[in-house]
This record gives sequence, structure tokens and C-alpha cells, in this order.
Amino acid sequence: MINYILKRLLGMIPVLLGVTVLSFAIINLAPGKFSTLDQAMNPKVSPEYQMRLVKAFNLDKPLPVRYWLWLKSSICFDFGRSFSDNRLIMDKIAERLPVTVGINVLSLLFVFLVAIPIGVKAATKAGGGFDTVTTYFSFLLLAAPTFWLALLLMQFFCIQLGWLPISGIHSLDFEYFSPLRKVWDISWHLILPVFVSSLGGFAVISRYMRSSMMEALNQPYIYTARAKGLPQSQVVYKHALRNASLPIVTMIGLSIPGLLGGSVIFESIFALPGLGQLFFQAVMARDMPLIMAEVVLGAVLTMLGNLIADISYAYVDPRIRYK
Amino acid sequence: MKNNPYLFWGLAIIVFFSGVALLAPWISPHDPTLIDGQNLLMPPSLKYWLGTDGLGRDLLSRMIFGARISLSVGIIAVGISIFLGLLLGSCAGFYGKTVDSLVMRFADIMLCIPTFFLILAVIAMVEPSIYNIMIVIGLTSWMGPARLIRGEILSLKEREFIQAERALGATDARIIIRHLIPNAAGPVLVNATLGIAGAILLESSLSFLGLGVQPPIPSWGNILIESKSTLGIAWWITLFPGLAILVTILGFNFISEGLKKIIG
Repeated sequence: MINYILKRLLGMIPVLLGVTVLSFAIINLAPGKFSTLDQAMNPKVSPEYQMRLVKAFNLDKPLPVRYWLWLKSSICFDFGRSFSDNRLIMDKIAERLPVTVGINVLSLLFVFLVAIPIGVKAATKAGGGFDTVTTYFSFLLLAAPTFWLALLLMQFFCIQLGWLPISGIHSLDFEYFSPLRKVWDISWHLILPVFVSSLGGFAVISRYMRSSMMEALNQPYIYTARAKGLPQSQVVYKHALRNASLPIVTMIGLSIPGLLGGSVIFESIFALPGLGQLFFQAVMARDMPLIMAEVVLGAVLTMLGNLIADISYAYVDPRIRYK
Repeated sequence: MKNNPYLFWGLAIIVFFSGVALLAPWISPHDPTLIDGQNLLMPPSLKYWLGTDGLGRDLLSRMIFGARISLSVGIIAVGISIFLGLLLGSCAGFYGKTVDSLVMRFADIMLCIPTFFLILAVIAMVEPSIYNIMIVIGLTSWMGPARLIRGEILSLKEREFIQAERALGATDARIIIRHLIPNAAGPVLVNATLGIAGAILLESSLSFLGLGVQPPIPSWGNILIESKSTLGIAWWITLFPGLAILVTILGFNFISEGLKKIIG
């Protein structure tokens, strides 16, 4: 297993290099120069100052040289400084990573806790009332834009009922709270974002669970289990569910790119200081080093997600052995 | 049609919305850009069926014209991605070896970057406009169709009818275009309808973030930008454009579900 993981990690290197070349090319070959932006915003910027900026960010060197310089420092996790506030990019990312990871982990847990029982129930009584209702619901959830659902829920719970805070990750006077109240305050602010980011997952995972469970329930070993006279709950949860959960486990790893993309949208709606919001700000400011760093980070997380999916597949199914 | 309600309802929805989009100038009750200073943020009434926005423009007319933009962005973007997917996927599947590994490695690289990140990074560098949105969505979503077509062609190309065609002296291009692609059309069609739904959702999210279709051209996504500032004041601005997106996506998803049943 260790050998397999090492081999996979080594295999990531060429793909990652490809990702860096591709994103570097896209960002730099686009029309317009980074250095002209300042002048357009502020005509008082002197040509000398502009030259200094160009020198500081190596913008005067040819593209392959700039890529090489970028690559050399990135290997040591030094992604340079941000164009917009000259802070170290690693610092900016590090302070925002916990928010995005926290929200996505919470919503994944929430999704699995809710969607798996729903899928199992729908599969055991396939064609019944519960199955029909959940099928329609998942069609609706899949078709609704996340940001729209967020707006509707905000309108209802935050404005009309006033139950939940509308945006941000903590209250304004957060600093003066006791530790316990701080935890309470943050969780209070996270209820709606976590719920909204799980909605799409509910639909996908419960559908997946249903079809995978239906398949498992038609296997010969289920007939054997029933013939032995085992009660329904034991047949479903002990025999079928274990085998049906195989493809579901891999979904955790595979859902990472979607979650990262989604966080751009709901972090900007709920004003949460996470990676998605940072990326959006970077895009609006054409902050090239920051965009590059986040694209690479996203690609690394996606690849790790694929790897985790494969490893967990082997872990839950002892028949699968990677060599 | 009778025993395939998914396909029926899906087609009904899409035909309805396409009709609305095509007939927009004739059926919209008002000019979508006309500003009525007397009627800012009016709730739905007899004059303005779905109410007005913050500039006093008729919401219904804006949504009718928005249907043109949203549907055409979805369809053209998927057209581009399917075309690229067909081209790259069929070459990879048919020629194998170096071509195959080149194309598939490139697809792997593209698939590693979260799509929304990739699209935003590109959009940031070019001007956001309807045409750029179509092209960017198309260029960043060909990987799925390409993989699908490659797989289909790999399983088809050793079959007897292809060997017969080869024995008759047909060129590679003829075999691919006349024989392989038509035989792989079913799954591609299912993929394309799902792709249109995805592209419409993507366009609406991009426009909502201000990086998609630019005002004053109305699209369902950019009408919703205003609902951020009118939350709690004008529920109609939030509710109706979102419903239009939801029903359209539902329509395309129904069609793909119905097609899946036909293909089996």
C-alpha cells in the first residue's frame, strides 16, 4: 500500500507541472499588461515608480524566465507577494484556509449523515411514496442555483424571521466574548452557509446511495441472508449497506473540486473570509501571483482527493489490492 | 412519448422557454431597458406582472429577454465543448498510442484544476461578455465529452462493420465521421443535455458574481445581482429569475433522464 501511495504521489508531479504551465500561460498570454493597471486607475503614477514595480515583480523578463523563477520559488512553498497589498501569499492563504476547510468538512459530514439514510430508505422501498418524494426533491435541488437558494433562505431566516445572522463569520464585538461564547457565535454564523453548501450534495449523494443500494439488494448474498431468516434491518444495514457504501466513500475525494468552486460563490454571498472569497478578490484585482497560488493549491487538493478516493476504496473493500 | 413522461415534460419546458426566447420582442409587455422613474421597486401588479426593479424596469420583460441570453449561452457553450470533445476524443480513441496519451494527459491536467477556478481565472484576463463566456465555458468543459467519446470509439473500432469499411478503402475521416460518431451519438446526446443545464447554471453564477453577461443586457444571473441589495424589500426580484433558471435546468435534466431511458 505504501508503495502504491508513493507511486501515485510521484505520478502527480508531471500533472502538477502541466497545471502550472497551463495556468501560467493562460494568465500571462491574456491581453493587457499588469503594470498598466495602476496608471489607468491613478494617472499620477510616475513612470519611474511603474518601472520599479515592473522590476520588483520581474515583469520585464521574458515569459519562460518568469515561469522558471516562479517555479523555483514555488517548490519551496514561496509563492511570492500579492500584487494588491504586497503581503506574503502563503500568509494570506494560511489565514483563510481554516474557514473554507472547516465549512466544507462540516457540510460533507452533514451531507453524509442525512443523504445516506435517505438513499437507503428510498432503495429498500423503491417505487414507494418516500422514494417518489425524494426523487422529485433531488431533481429540484439539482436544478436550483446555489446562490439563489442562499438568497431565498437569507430572506426568510435572516430578514423576515431574524433568527440567523445574515453575513460574516462572527459578530462585530467578537473580540470581547468569552471563549465559550466565541464558539457559539461562530457556529451560529455558520448554520446557513453549511446548510446551503450541503444542499447540492444531498441530492447527488442520496441518488447515488439509492442506486448503489438497489444494486446491492439484488445480489445473491442478499437472497442467502434472507433465506437464512435474518431480520430485514440486519440484511439491509449489515449485508447490503456495507457493500453499497463502496462507491459513496470515493465520492468524498471526488467532490473536492466542486466544493472549492462552490465556496467562491457562497463565501462571496455570506461574506465569509475563506479561500473562495480570496480567489474572487484576486480575480477582480488581477492579482496574478495570488491567482496562480490558488489554482495550484486547488489542483493539489483535487489530486489528493482522487488519491484519497482510491485509498479509501481499497480500505473499505478488502478485495481491492493496489500493487 | 406516452410512456416516457420525463422526455415529454422536459421537451415541453424547453420548447416553451425557447419559444419565449425567440418571440421576445413580440411578447414582452414592456421595453426591457425602459426606465420608469415613477415605479421603482413596484411589487407585481396588473401593469407590471412580475413587478419592477430598482430602476423601474419591468422584471417580466427583462426575464423574457434574459431567456435569449441564458439559453443561447448554454447551447453555444455546449456546442463548442461537444465539438472539441468529438474532435479530440475521436482522434484519441481512433489513433491510440501517442495521440491518445497526449490528449488524455491534457484532459487530466484540465480536470485537476477546479472548473470554477479555471473559468474565473480566464474571465479575469479577458473582458467579461456574452461571447467570451460562451467560449470560456466551452473551452473548459470538453474533457467529459472527450473521455466519453474516446471510450465509445475504443469499443466500436474493432467491430466487424468498421473492418468491412476499412476493407472497402474508406479514409480514416470517413470512418470516424460517418460510422463511429453516429454510433456513439446516444451517450453524447445525454451528456450534451446535461451539459447545457450545467452551462446555464454556470453562466448564471458568473453573471451573479458580476463576471458574466454585463448589464444593461439582461440575463437571469445578472438580474439576480440586484436581489442582494433588495433582500427583504423586493422578494419578486429574487424569486422569479431564480425560478426561471430552476425550471429550465429541470427541463434539460428531464430530457437527459428521458433519453437515458430510450438508450437503455
